[in-house]
Amino acid sequence: MSSTKPNRPAAPPALPEPARAAAIKAIRLRHPGRIAFATILVLFFVVFILDAAARPAFDWPSVGQYVFDQRISMAAFVTLQLTVYSMVIAIVLGVILAVMRLSPNPVVKSLAWFYLWVFRGTPVYVQLVFWGLISIIYQNISIGIPFTEPWLVFETDAVLSTFALAVIGLALNEAAYMAEIVRAGLLSVDTGQEEAATALGMSWSQTMRRIIIPQSMRVVIPPTGNEVISMLKTTSLVTAVPFSFDLYTRSRDISAETFNVIPMLIVASIWYLFFTSILMVGQYFLEKRFARGVGDRRPDRKADGLTGAATGAVTGLIPTIGGGQATVVRPPAPPASPDDATRPTDGGVR
Amino acid sequence: MTDATNQTGRGGASVAGANAVPMVLAEMVSKSFGSNEVLKSISLEVKRGEVMCLVGPSGSGKSTFLRCINHLEVVSAGRLSVDGDLVGYREANGKLYELAPREAARQRRDIGMVFQRFNLFPHMTALGNIMEAPQRVKGLPKAQVEKTARELLARVGLADRADYYPAHLSGGQQQRVAIARALAMEPKLMLFDEPTSALDPELVGEVLDVMQGLAASGMTMIVVTHEMGFAREVADSLVFMDAGVVVESGHPDEVLSNPQHARTQAFLSKVL
Ligand SMILES: Nc1ncnc2c1ncn2[C@@H]1O[C@H](COP(=O)(O)OP(=O)(O)O)[C@@H](O)[C@H]1O
Ligand SMILES: [Mg+2]
Repeated sequence: MSSTKPNRPAAPPALPEPARAAAIKAIRLRHPGRIAFATILVLFFVVFILDAAARPAFDWPSVGQYVFDQRISMAAFVTLQLTVYSMVIAIVLGVILAVMRLSPNPVVKSLAWFYLWVFRGTPVYVQLVFWGLISIIYQNISIGIPFTEPWLVFETDAVLSTFALAVIGLALNEAAYMAEIVRAGLLSVDTGQEEAATALGMSWSQTMRRIIIPQSMRVVIPPTGNEVISMLKTTSLVTAVPFSFDLYTRSRDISAETFNVIPMLIVASIWYLFFTSILMVGQYFLEKRFARGVGDRRPDRKADGLTGAATGAVTGLIPTIGGGQATVVRPPAPPASPDDATRPTDGGVR
Repeated sequence: MTDATNQTGRGGASVAGANAVPMVLAEMVSKSFGSNEVLKSISLEVKRGEVMCLVGPSGSGKSTFLRCINHLEVVSAGRLSVDGDLVGYREANGKLYELAPREAARQRRDIGMVFQRFNLFPHMTALGNIMEAPQRVKGLPKAQVEKTARELLARVGLADRADYYPAHLSGGQQQRVAIARALAMEPKLMLFDEPTSALDPELVGEVLDVMQGLAASGMTMIVVTHEMGFAREVADSLVFMDAGVVVESGHPDEVLSNPQHARTQAFLSKVL
C-alpha cells in the first residue's frame, strides 16, 4: 500500500494473570411452593387419564378398531391433499397479493386491498357454500375475448368437482391471510438491503427473489406453519361445499351408521394430531434452514435483539393457536450487525 | 474548484485523466423532499482518480448527495453526470427522457457504494455476498466469479473468512467485505457514506487502511467521513457542506488548517 500508511503500535506484552477468588459455593434456595403446585398438577392429570381410560362413553375398543379403518385412513389422506393443495395455491397467491399491496400503482394496490377486504371479511364457511353454488351462478365457463365468440366453453359442473371447489374455496380464503403474513415479512427486511442490492445494479425482481424474499422467510415461516395447521383443521368445513370425503365428514358419516359418535371423534382427532405433529417437525427444520447466517449465531451473541426472531417457532405459535386465523406478525429487529447498537429499529417502516 | 488541488502528485491516473471528462460533475444540483430543500444548488467536480472527502454536520445532505450520484434519489434541479453520462436521464433534442429501470441499473453497476451500516446480505456468506452481483447482474460464470471474489477477499485481508456469515464477522470485517462486494463489479467510482461511523474505535483503522490502498490504486472515490486524519492524508480535495450548501472546498490541508468560513471553523473545532 502507500507509504503514508499510519504506523500501528506493536502488540503490547501480555498482561500478568490476576489473582482469583474461590468460586462461590452457596446452599441453593429451595422452592417448596413450586414443588407442591407441580405435584398437584401432575396428580390431577393422572387422575384425569385414569378416569378417561375407564369411562365407557369413550369406548376405547371402538377407537382402536376404527383408527386404522381403511375408510378413515383414505379420508385422512384426502384431508392431507386438501391441505397441501390449498396451501400451495394460497402461498403463491398470497405472495402475489402482498407484492401488489406494496406496489406504487394505486389501482393495483386497491385491487389487492379489495380482495383482502372481501375474503377476510366473510366466514370461510359461507365462502365454501358459495363455491358449492358456483355452477348455479355461472353455468358455463367461457374462454376467449369478452363480448366476442368464445373459443372454449365448459359446463361448470363438468370441469369443477366438489374436491376442486373445496380446494379453490379454501385457497382463496387462505390467500388473503397469507398475503398479510408475506407483506409483514417483506416489510421486516431492513431497507438497507434493498438499497445495497439496487446499488449493485440488481433489478427489482432480482432484489426481491435473491435478497428480500429469502430474508423475509425467517418472519414468514412461523405464522405460515400455523396457517398450515389451521388449514388442516379448517378442511373439516368442506362439508359446506358439499364435499364429504375429508376426515371429519367421513368419521361423522361412519358414526351415523354405528350410532357411536364419541369414539369416531377421537379417531378423527388422533389423525389430526398425528398430521399436526408431523407439520410441527417440518416447520422446525424449515425455520432452521432459513435462519442461516442469523439463527446460527455465535454463542456469545445470544443476548442481542435477534433471539426473539430466531426462536420464532415459539413466539409465533402462541398467539395464533386456537385463534385459527389471527395474523399477528411481530416484525423482528432488522438483521442487525453486532457492532451497530445505534441502528434504528423501525425496520418495518418503508 | 478542484483544479488547484489536482497536482498533489498522487499516481499517474489523475494526470492522465486531467483533460478528460470529469468522473463526477454536479452543476447546480438541488434536491427537495416535499417542501424541504435538502441540497441547494451544489456544484462540484471530481476528476478521474481523485479522492474527495465530503464533510459536514449531520443532516447537511451528504448522504442525499451520494444517493443522487447513483440515482437512488432523483435530482430535482440541475445536472449531475458521471463519466460524461447524465445520471438517470437520456438527453435528446434538448429534452430529457427518464431512463427505464434497466438502464438505470446499468448505470449503477459502474458505481460502487459502501454504507455506514454495511448492509451485507445476512443470509449469504462473505464469499456469497461478493459473488452475488457479478453472477446475477453481469451473468459471469461461477468459477471465474469465485476466483475474483477470493482475490478481493485476500485484498481486504479476509481470505480466511470466505465462508463466514456476516453475523459472525466483526464490524470492521463486515465493512471490508462490503468494500470487496462493491469492488467485485469493477466500478469506476466508489462512494463511501460514513464507512467507519458505525465501528468501534479500534476497528476504524483496518477499514481506512483498505480505503487508502484503494485510493493508491487510482480509484476515484467520494468519501463522506468524520475522519479528518484520513482526509488530510488521502484526499485530494475536501468539501464542507452545511444545510445543503457547499460552504467551502479546497485542498484538505488548506481547509483543515485555515478554514475561511465561520461555519467551517465551528464544525472543525468539534471534530478535530
Ligand atoms: N427519504 C427522505 N425523505 C425525506 N427527507 C429526507 C429523506 N432522506 C433524507 N431526508 C432529509 O434530508 C436531510 C439531509 O439528510 P442526509 O442527506 O441524510 O444528511 P447527512 O447524510 O448529511 O447527515 C435531513 O434533514 C433528512 O431529514
Ligand atoms: Mg448521512
